[in-house]
Amino acid sequence: MTTDSRERVLARIRTALGDVPATDEPPLRRGYLPAHVTEDRPTLLAVLAENLAEYRAHVNHATPQQLPEVIGRLLREHDTRSLAVPADLPPGWLSAVGGVRMLTDGPALTAERLDGIDSALTGCALAVAETGTIVLDAGPGQGRRILTLVPDHHICVVRADQVVASLPRALPLLDPTRPQTWISGPSATSDIELDRVEGVHGPRRLDVVLVGEAPR
Amino acid sequence: MSGTYLGMPAFPKAAAVSTQNAQLRANLTHATHTIRDKRAKAVAELADWAELRQAGKEIKDRTLRRLDHYLLQAEAAVTAAGGTVHWAQAAAEANRIVADLVKAKGEREVVKVKSMATQEIGLNEALAAEGITAYETDLAELIVQLGDDLPSHILVPAIHRNRGEIRDIFREAMSRWGRPAPEGLTDSPAELAEAARLHLREKFLRAKVAVSGANFLVAETGSLVVVESEGNGRMCLTLPETLISVVGIEKVVPTWRDLEVFLQLLPRSSTAERMNPYTSIWTGTTRGDGPSDFHLVLLDNGRTDTLADEVGRQALRCIRCSACLNVCPVYERAGGHAYGSPYPGPIGAILTPQLRGLTSEVDASLPYASTLCGACYEVCPVAIDIPEVLVHLREQVAEHGTGHRAERAAIKAATWLLDHPAAYRTALRAAARTRRLQPRRLPLPGPAKAWSDTRDLPTMPEQSFRDWWKTRGQENTP
Ligand code: SF4
Repeated sequence: MTTDSRERVLARIRTALGDVPATDEPPLRRGYLPAHVTEDRPTLLAVLAENLAEYRAHVNHATPQQLPEVIGRLLREHDTRSLAVPADLPPGWLSAVGGVRMLTDGPALTAERLDGIDSALTGCALAVAETGTIVLDAGPGQGRRILTLVPDHHICVVRADQVVASLPRALPLLDPTRPQTWISGPSATSDIELDRVEGVHGPRRLDVVLVGEAPR
Repeated sequence: MSGTYLGMPAFPKAAAVSTQNAQLRANLTHATHTIRDKRAKAVAELADWAELRQAGKEIKDRTLRRLDHYLLQAEAAVTAAGGTVHWAQAAAEANRIVADLVKAKGEREVVKVKSMATQEIGLNEALAAEGITAYETDLAELIVQLGDDLPSHILVPAIHRNRGEIRDIFREAMSRWGRPAPEGLTDSPAELAEAARLHLREKFLRAKVAVSGANFLVAETGSLVVVESEGNGRMCLTLPETLISVVGIEKVVPTWRDLEVFLQLLPRSSTAERMNPYTSIWTGTTRGDGPSDFHLVLLDNGRTDTLADEVGRQALRCIRCSACLNVCPVYERAGGHAYGSPYPGPIGAILTPQLRGLTSEVDASLPYASTLCGACYEVCPVAIDIPEVLVHLREQVAEHGTGHRAERAAIKAATWLLDHPAAYRTALRAAARTRRLQPRRLPLPGPAKAWSDTRDLPTMPEQSFRDWWKTRGQENTP
């Protein structure tokens, strides 16, 4: 039945387009800007931090040396007792964490189990400064999509060299075959009288740690 | 859900009822003005908005001109990535496909992400008739579903409900659908959101099948894109074993790179954000991560009819941002329900009659649910010339001949507008601001005589629409 429908829909489209000449189109003119900010490292980091904060993510700065310490502090602040991490979390990130039950991502870590876990800690694929967006693509240091979805607290580590200015800069760097989650601030709704409320189904708290050589 | 748009009264009658509802009107005015102002700021941030808009329009037009090619490309890419593609000519067929897939899994319930396409085809009702319960998971859709109600706005479907009403609906209905509302629930939005979180979490954890729509379908890669705010979309797209996405054939875009245009245009036009909190993109299935079974249902349901109309086909560029609703003086007065379909406001006035045909009274009256002020065109991120299509559709209604019941409904709609001077004043102010954007000449050949002898639209405000309407209207009234 659907095979039939496929042919019919395609035939209807071709009939509908009877007025359109079959000539090749000239290449699309993309007159828009490749970026809206200057693309030096300090500016990109500052713009990203500002936009993340505006959407009520919590922004933290750290040097690579300070990173474990900052992660430890964020977990203590959130009173985290159980933490989900990807199997390939960079070594050392957890060196300042104590007294927390660790769960490593894998098929055994089901949604039901994750539902009882306090926090998740991951890296990211890249971040987009202009829009305040962090992109996860289940690549290195990120784990499966479910990992950063079910727990109520997500700590995401962004290296300075992962920050790009804009979507036109980001798209060519991303692999469409990987499942992607673009995150711009914590879960939110404005469905009730347009009052913004943070946190409906996704993590209600998003901590971003920006890692660079010289944090301000 | 017992609510239905079928058998709805024609626009003027439904609008007359909603304009009398002071609560609804106050909610709508507050909401539309708030979003409208925020949108203007978000758009003003981008120096290249005009160029982005032009690119968005061009990409969609190019796609539509070779729609068969891009759909076949998308089908091949989705299939190669492990998905299964189905084609549906009409609503009933799409509903059948989804119901059969759910039943084949031995399931009796599905979780749903807000989707215009599934509302359009009445999927929830069709599934219910097969003994399958569809749980809406978007907060606003949940409010609508628990209230046994109909959505009234594309972006904020429960815009017609205030917090007190929402609390009452939660207290009264949640226990019938699953986890009851917490004891002592107040009307604070944070508490209401928390109640929804708890109510839906058990459903997310239990669900084996999810149904979604998609904002975009990338032909070259087979990737689907869903933008959202709450995380309910991520839950539905990630947790269940089976995912079924019902997607209108006009949602396809040619290349991965094209997303850089639409993901700039859509959030700013829609929620007035630089980016919405969550965007999910997936391509077929990924081993060990997310659903292991993915089905894409490509839906025609009147879109090829729309495509056949050289003037009207531009409506298929729509990315459902809802910016046109928020600037429309008629929507503000009439409310979303008056439009008798899931697509309210200016886009509904041109899309619904094209998808469904002009035969029913409500559909024939829709092209008249406008003052032609042009504000919708100005804000549209893909530059759909809504006034142009409205006038074009009015001509088609007129062609049915005097005395036709559809035409009588149309004239009543026009009269309703003339009886609402407040809507006019707003419209004229908007028109004065957007004058350079007004369509001056309608590029329409054919039987336009009933509505316009010269095919020139008057420039505003030298001659107001009201005056124009009176003269033109009389020519047509025997
Ligand atoms: S017609 Fe334009 S403004 Fe209206 S919803 Fe569609 S894309 Fe948005």
